[in-house]
Amino acid sequence: MNVAAAPAATSITQEFVTDIVTKALKAGASDAEAVFAEGDEFETVVRMGQVEQLKEAGSRALGLRVFLGNRTASASTSDLSPQGIAALVGSAMDLVRVTSEDPFAELPDRAAFGSLTADLDLFHDDVFSLSVEERIAWARRAEEAAFAADPRIQNSGGGSFDASIGRKILANSRGFCGESRGSMCSIVAQPIAQTPDGAMQRDYWYSSQRSLRLLESPESVGAEAARRTLRRLGARRVPTQRVPLVFAPETARSLLGALFSAVNGNAVYRNASFLAGKLGEKVAGENLTVIDDGTMPGGFGSAYFDGEGLPTRRKPVLEHGVLRNYLLNTYAARKLGLSSTGNASRGLAGAPGIGAGNFYLEPGPQSPEELLRNVRQGLYVTELIGHGVNIVTGDYSQGASGLWIENGELAYPVEEITVAGNLKEIFLNITEIANDLVFRGSLASPTLLVEGMTIAGS
Amino acid sequence: MEPASADTRKFFYEHLGLSDRLLEQCLSAALSAGGDYADLYFEYITAGSLSLDESLVKSATSGISAGCGVRVLSGERTGYAYTDDLSPERLLRAARTAALIASGPAKEPVQGFRSPSTAASLYPLAGSSVSGEVAAKLLLLERADKTARAFDTRIVQVQASYADERRRILVAASDGSFAHDTQPMARLNVSVIAKQGDNIARGSSGGGGRVLLDFFLSEKTPEHFALEAARQAILQLGAVPAPAGEMPVVLGHGWPGILLHEAVGHGLEADFNRKKTSAFSGLVGQMVASPKVTVVDNGTMPNRRGSLHVDDEGSPTQHTVLIENGVLKGYMSDKLSARLMGIADTGNGRRESYQHIPMPRMTNTYMLAGEDDPQDIIRSVQRGLYAVNFGGGQVDITNGKFVFSASEAYLIEDGKITAPVKNATLIGNGPESLKYVSMVGNDLELDEGVGTCGKAGQSVPVGVGMPTIKLDRMTVGGTGH
Repeated sequence: MNVAAAPAATSITQEFVTDIVTKALKAGASDAEAVFAEGDEFETVVRMGQVEQLKEAGSRALGLRVFLGNRTASASTSDLSPQGIAALVGSAMDLVRVTSEDPFAELPDRAAFGSLTADLDLFHDDVFSLSVEERIAWARRAEEAAFAADPRIQNSGGGSFDASIGRKILANSRGFCGESRGSMCSIVAQPIAQTPDGAMQRDYWYSSQRSLRLLESPESVGAEAARRTLRRLGARRVPTQRVPLVFAPETARSLLGALFSAVNGNAVYRNASFLAGKLGEKVAGENLTVIDDGTMPGGFGSAYFDGEGLPTRRKPVLEHGVLRNYLLNTYAARKLGLSSTGNASRGLAGAPGIGAGNFYLEPGPQSPEELLRNVRQGLYVTELIGHGVNIVTGDYSQGASGLWIENGELAYPVEEITVAGNLKEIFLNITEIANDLVFRGSLASPTLLVEGMTIAGS
Repeated sequence: MEPASADTRKFFYEHLGLSDRLLEQCLSAALSAGGDYADLYFEYITAGSLSLDESLVKSATSGISAGCGVRVLSGERTGYAYTDDLSPERLLRAARTAALIASGPAKEPVQGFRSPSTAASLYPLAGSSVSGEVAAKLLLLERADKTARAFDTRIVQVQASYADERRRILVAASDGSFAHDTQPMARLNVSVIAKQGDNIARGSSGGGGRVLLDFFLSEKTPEHFALEAARQAILQLGAVPAPAGEMPVVLGHGWPGILLHEAVGHGLEADFNRKKTSAFSGLVGQMVASPKVTVVDNGTMPNRRGSLHVDDEGSPTQHTVLIENGVLKGYMSDKLSARLMGIADTGNGRRESYQHIPMPRMTNTYMLAGEDDPQDIIRSVQRGLYAVNFGGGQVDITNGKFVFSASEAYLIEDGKITAPVKNATLIGNGPESLKYVSMVGNDLELDEGVGTCGKAGQSVPVGVGMPTIKLDRMTVGGTGH
């Protein structure tokens, strides 16, 4: 078992995908769009020093969207045989006859198509370069580093090393055909710490990158996971009160996720967002500038073209607190009388959705330590759980844990509380932004301070 | 019993080219480097969806997904590989990849397959194809749209969708076990937006289960879901801020049973307890809830979303008592944890698809009815919260903290239900919260068929249920006083 299996490359070409578009037109479609996606992945989990899971596989599938004038329907299949493709075209054409005429449903205009020409640095085959033994060793080292950090860590959810690569081809009947590849690898450690009375806490840390050489070492991932886990030991509740909340980058990121949902054109045109109808208005503090950029080299959210074949781009979402752009695909743009922002996302089935590129809050001037130092009493929020975010009303109520701030210092861990407010006010009440912007995914935020939210506790 | 489900075996053998000999070859290849056990999981899913949005049929989809996952167990180790190409070469290659987990002399699988005897049929096995009956399904959506819009002029947006699938599975294992099943699933969903001036609110309702189209014509009609969604949205237009802090909480019957799923369900999955990473580890035989509380997991209920004839390891599902009169009785297990812990396999081994490794998962999890009149439960509360509908929930199984978010709730003042409140998250501690259950209603109800549970990145359909209950204290995460 010394050799890692090489990813199974298929022979699916752009011609193959374009040919499916042609078949759909022959079957009577007035326009068509086909997408092919394939991926290979492996997962390596080591727990308590022993190999727990090795997984390795690949898959591929096709999606087809057809138009009959302003009617549209779609189908998908994992059967790439000639019969499978005939069935794919047949079922899409059957379905399109039952959908409604929708004047806004159409492929993008020919002039809109395009693909970025710069090298975005999205694919590195080194993610598959390690042997099985080496993969196991990397996962084991991450877990071991967590165990080595402190004797209170005697159990673990494991250490893991995973990688995946993917390839996508998109072609349509208006002349667009694009192909792209991407890669990803990650190391994760999930230690569990225990106090003498038996109370357990877990946390985790990870490093995720498009290339193996950019990954943090397993040792640093394991050590950071241990630090995060240990600082939760002995957590207590705090009374119900209103204090400043400092959101660590991991939780600040989820606030940005809520902002993304609120500027998602599909929610906006339905009036299902608290930011609907607010374009050009001041919806956040002067200090907030939020960018969506699909063109950052190496970015987790970067792409040469979006899910409809439009080039991705960089645009401000908030500029000094003023709402500048919704994120749009062609359909939402037409509904709102605007232009697509190149944010179409495309799965295999269904109409295109809307996805973020690299969506981030621009950093402020001070370090997170300086930001904390000015807080007399407050909560440093390190984890949020639950589904208590209502994008329609902005109502926000989430389970939280973190560390109590006393005179600018982190004093003790806190758990089993909620933090609540309304997003409309939360974005107006972000009074401080730190300078620690780091991309660990396509959404990123520095540490930030919010005034006026309510903690519910004991 | 072989009757209707024999068609499933025939489907895999005749249409996808499987044979006893091929399955045996793959299992032999899977055990070619040793290992304790190997299984093959074949899956063939046809799925469809229709959606009506702004009174237009904006989307219609259909999809086919097929593949096989090969698993090899060696001690606590799992080797896994999958393929969506079911040719003998690809299947054998997947088997040899999964085999790499073990390192020893080859083993031979048991000769000859045998099927478990399962309970009477829990859901329709045959029936129409997923892609059929499109016109009838669209009619359901149009009825929902019309009903919701007619409910109140303040309803400005209606989205109605119908999604169904037919999942055929076949499991063959080196211990000789062999099972197959055809599992239908259908769901109708309605979500609406209500608007009054600048005040906007949403409402949604949906349901279904392992049922076919006729269920929505007779049992739960589009009007039922549409009225419910519209009612919630209009109600929310007048909601006041939820209170913040500890107070008595009354949970309505049905879907609020998500409390059990989060507070105790996940913590009682055997894998976490085998690894001693659950807040419930080592608590079997101890009081973890009030004596009024009995909780079961039951995969054998007809037509329920979490029901299965056999789990995704081919084992028959069961009725398993988790907590009896407050005492923790046992865990939900799959084959791996059952063998390693020396406990029974309760038929809870489930997976999202052939691309995923099975693990212990819930089926339908609910609390048995008590003796209290729900009206008396409300009357007993001086000041508190009455929560009847929820969005999602989440739990940290290691420290036991769980949340679930109320989407419809009211203040209780002097024993009476008063103002509706805005969305609020409730938070508690699994092994502690149910000790505060002081009243249990006589009105047990299961949810309408909307639950999807996520664990380790895998989603599976589940059911929950509960009678009306009162918790003497729980933390409500609002902003008010």
